[in-house]
Amino acid sequence: MEYFIQQLVNGLTLGSIYGMIAIGYTMVYGIIGMINFAHGDIFMLGGFAALIVFLILTTFIGGVPVVLALLIMMIVGMLTAALWNWTIERVAYRPLRGSFRLAPLITAIGMSIVLSNFIQVTQGPRNKPIPPLVSSVYEIFGITVSLKQIVIVVITAILLSVFWYIVNRTPLGRAQRATEQDRKMAALLGVDVDRTISVTFIMGAALAAVAGTMYLMYYGVVVFTDGFAPGVKAFTAAVLGGIGSLPGAVLGGLLIGLIESLWSAYFTIDYKDVATFSILAIVLIFKPSGILGRPEVEKV
Amino acid sequence: MANVASTTASAGSELTARALREAVFAGLITLGLFVLFVGLKSDQNIRNELILTQRWGLLAIFVAVAMVGRFLIVVYVQPRFAKRKAAKAAAPDVVKKDTFFTRQWPKIAVVMLLLYPPVIVSFVGVQGSLKWVDNFGIQILIYVMLAWGLNIVVGLAGLLDLGYVAFYAVGAYSYALLSSYFGLSFWVLLPVAGLLAALWGIVLGFPVLRLRGDYLAIVTLAFGEIIRLVLINWTEVTKGTFGVSGIAKATLFGIKFDASKDGFAALFDLPLSSAYYKIFLFYLILALALLTAFVTIRLRRMPIGRAWEALREDEIACRSLGINTVTTKLTAFATGAMFGGFAGSFFAVRQGFVSPESFVFLESAVILAIVVLGGMGSLTGIAIAAVVMIGGTEILRELTFLKMIFGPAFTPELYRMLIFGLAMVTVMVWKPRGFVGSREPTAFLRQRRAVSGSFTKEGHG
Amino acid sequence: MAIGTEAMKKDPILKVERLSMRFGGLMAINDFSFEAERGEITALIGPNGAGKTTVFNCITGFYKPTMGMITLRQNSGDEFLLERLPDFEITKKAKVARTFQNIRMFSGLTVLENLLVAQHNKLMRASGYTILGLLGFPTYREASRESIELARHWLEKASLIERADDPAGDLPYGAQRRLEIARAMCTGPELLCLDEPAAGLNPRESLALNELLQEIRRDTGTSILLIEHDMSVVMEISDHVVVLEYGQKISDGTPDFVKNDPKVIAAYLGVEDEEVDEVIGEIEEIEGEHGGTRQ
Repeated sequence: MEYFIQQLVNGLTLGSIYGMIAIGYTMVYGIIGMINFAHGDIFMLGGFAALIVFLILTTFIGGVPVVLALLIMMIVGMLTAALWNWTIERVAYRPLRGSFRLAPLITAIGMSIVLSNFIQVTQGPRNKPIPPLVSSVYEIFGITVSLKQIVIVVITAILLSVFWYIVNRTPLGRAQRATEQDRKMAALLGVDVDRTISVTFIMGAALAAVAGTMYLMYYGVVVFTDGFAPGVKAFTAAVLGGIGSLPGAVLGGLLIGLIESLWSAYFTIDYKDVATFSILAIVLIFKPSGILGRPEVEKV
Repeated sequence: MANVASTTASAGSELTARALREAVFAGLITLGLFVLFVGLKSDQNIRNELILTQRWGLLAIFVAVAMVGRFLIVVYVQPRFAKRKAAKAAAPDVVKKDTFFTRQWPKIAVVMLLLYPPVIVSFVGVQGSLKWVDNFGIQILIYVMLAWGLNIVVGLAGLLDLGYVAFYAVGAYSYALLSSYFGLSFWVLLPVAGLLAALWGIVLGFPVLRLRGDYLAIVTLAFGEIIRLVLINWTEVTKGTFGVSGIAKATLFGIKFDASKDGFAALFDLPLSSAYYKIFLFYLILALALLTAFVTIRLRRMPIGRAWEALREDEIACRSLGINTVTTKLTAFATGAMFGGFAGSFFAVRQGFVSPESFVFLESAVILAIVVLGGMGSLTGIAIAAVVMIGGTEILRELTFLKMIFGPAFTPELYRMLIFGLAMVTVMVWKPRGFVGSREPTAFLRQRRAVSGSFTKEGHG
Repeated sequence: MAIGTEAMKKDPILKVERLSMRFGGLMAINDFSFEAERGEITALIGPNGAGKTTVFNCITGFYKPTMGMITLRQNSGDEFLLERLPDFEITKKAKVARTFQNIRMFSGLTVLENLLVAQHNKLMRASGYTILGLLGFPTYREASRESIELARHWLEKASLIERADDPAGDLPYGAQRRLEIARAMCTGPELLCLDEPAAGLNPRESLALNELLQEIRRDTGTSILLIEHDMSVVMEISDHVVVLEYGQKISDGTPDFVKNDPKVIAAYLGVEDEEVDEVIGEIEEIEGEHGGTRQ
């Protein structure tokens, strides 16, 4: 039982990271109906930005308190990833808006290749390990919970609340929802659609960068290929939860995290990704629009 | 007069001012994008700790290039484009005449491909031809064939498949495993590999083909990953990441390409060289690719092919005309998979070695990119896209003279995928409908006229 | 004057019995029954949102009705329970073809190709389910030639022959409507269901449509069921009119009977029951004028 709860805690941590990335996928999909394949690499880029900031803090400044260091890493990572995602949207997606659905998908895949290879070329192909930032571990009722796990879950919870507030309670969120429903009508009613879409990309990237920072802190290592696997899993999470739905993305992320850690704990770790993908396929076969997604009504 | 001159002058200075503003903006953005990644580099020192190397000069070059580039674009390129666009809009549409060359183009291309190996051999000799036939000829043709196979699924039937490489893998492993466990020959296993891949296409396709659009895309991606992960982890059979090596070569009517006395070289009294085998493989993949093209062209003129295209245009209308959309989708999926399987078994016989590493998602993405960049559905366009994208990146391996410019530490190969990705983005933005956006009708009453790409749809599945 | 059609019923091709369709809490169709006579043109009319298209979608299998029975009896006497067949088999086996309110063409295929796609099942058999055709057997070539001839026939009927090699998406609206009808006819239907075929047509096109439909009925004996708003089309060509309001049948009979049914008038004009008589008077006056000019 304790073992089981232990796995639940691990899964929850992992799931929080996936959930944060998944939100970026789901928001972009919701607003312009496109799979932003480069999003996983934005996450990786955010992790790298945090890594370099960490190195700046340790080599040039030194003696920065951990909390402050994490905060700076997160903020700089968010800014950098946001700027990248904003630029990518401007350069590679906006010119294709309104044309052919597959064209932006291909540019997104192209951008994903560009980002990971850019990092490989500029930062080198090797793993980048950093010393543990947060190493305290607590024992609660026989379950080991590390401080980093608590940090990850708490930060995710805070960010999600902020996010939920922005989307549901502010004029910006209203503009986003309007654009999502009907872009032309929203534009006619005075919503600046281009700006709204840009902001969506910026918000998604910022969350992905937080996830990247958390990932770096949790695993203590990042490498240029790290965008792919978490990216695909987060996208899987978004689809599993019902793409376009914010709570769905988080739920999907948590589910995938839990599936992964429970499967690794009770079955063979080799097939954990097979389990994840199989469950995705099974869920979609029986509920084609995901768990919380609106069913697509076939209009005849 | 003076008045006109002054307004153009002020317009000019206004343009320059705007260009300067935009250049500064571009410079700032570039600085923001690259300051962490180009300005600084994380390196491992001897104790395996990360240290930072500073490269501010390089960063300055990046920013300068961005600023100058933006300035030039605003001042020179944009006005010129605007002028050309206006001229184009004013001029009446010029109907493109069917010349002898455009009509006979496919035949000319095939003849040129048939002559390619002898021409290369006569230029650079038998041994020198190895690189040209293998890296350029075979490599590109494999992608042409794969993209033509995927084209049936994506370009004709409009089903977005992000896991096509799975069928390539099934084909490759079918040949690798069946030939090493049972010693069956390539010619027996080629159809077997195709059929097995088609079977997998049906098995995977059946439950998921009622999913629409991006849901189908993610499930196919998931299947692609599942197959790869199984290949990695099912070590008893597939040998996992080590892969299967020592795969038997193909034979030409029983003639082996080896050093034995009844081998190809000995039989024809030629000096022993692996180049002959490569040339044989070149013709083999050429034949397979042409088979794919032939079947695709034939199928398009058959009810099933028309149903695929109709499905891409409007699924509900298809159902209202009595077309069973499930079996129609399944046949598209299975046919595409079958050609992927053929290509896979060819890949195995060419490499003599297969490992899961060759079947990553990136491969699916590259194949899909070729299909879309070529213009969905157009065999010619896809072939052009394969030559540009694969040939272009292969050429990067050859650009050793760049070492003289950037120093001996410079490896152009490192930039291969970076440039590939950038090319994908650029071509797509430049030609969103792909190289050949129009569609050839499959039947006509009076005159065959290409259908403009603006009418064709791309499917929702 | 008010003779219902009940007395004259002899050989219905389509029998809809106690059809109900519920979407969540909304009862779109409620206990609706009617019959369409073989070889006749039956019109289904009613105000917007009455559930006409839903009835169509139930008949053609795009929706599965919550309750009720839809029986189709072919000329050969074979009977099909349409609510049990999947949509594509309704066209394939029961021989019911349809068009759509929002035109659904294969816009990237040429006009001719659109008509060839409609002959899919026939050609599939002729091509030995692709295999014989792929090998170049003559049976398929022959069938292929015939299919083009059939397409040519319907293109001429629909006066689209000039545009045969153009992309369907390039046709003007009225021509697209005719193309959809020609395409449906290429499936060789016994019952043709048309969802607002005259919507968006100008008077001249509307007249041409009337002629096309009457020609179809006369030459092929195909029974037609149509939803229409354009009363000139309905009154001119239909033999039998069924009126639907809020998912329920309110009137059923000859065009004349329906035209003068107070319930129909009330439904269309939205008046109270007491005012109906008054309205009928007005309508008759207008009709009189119209009748005069039409002669």
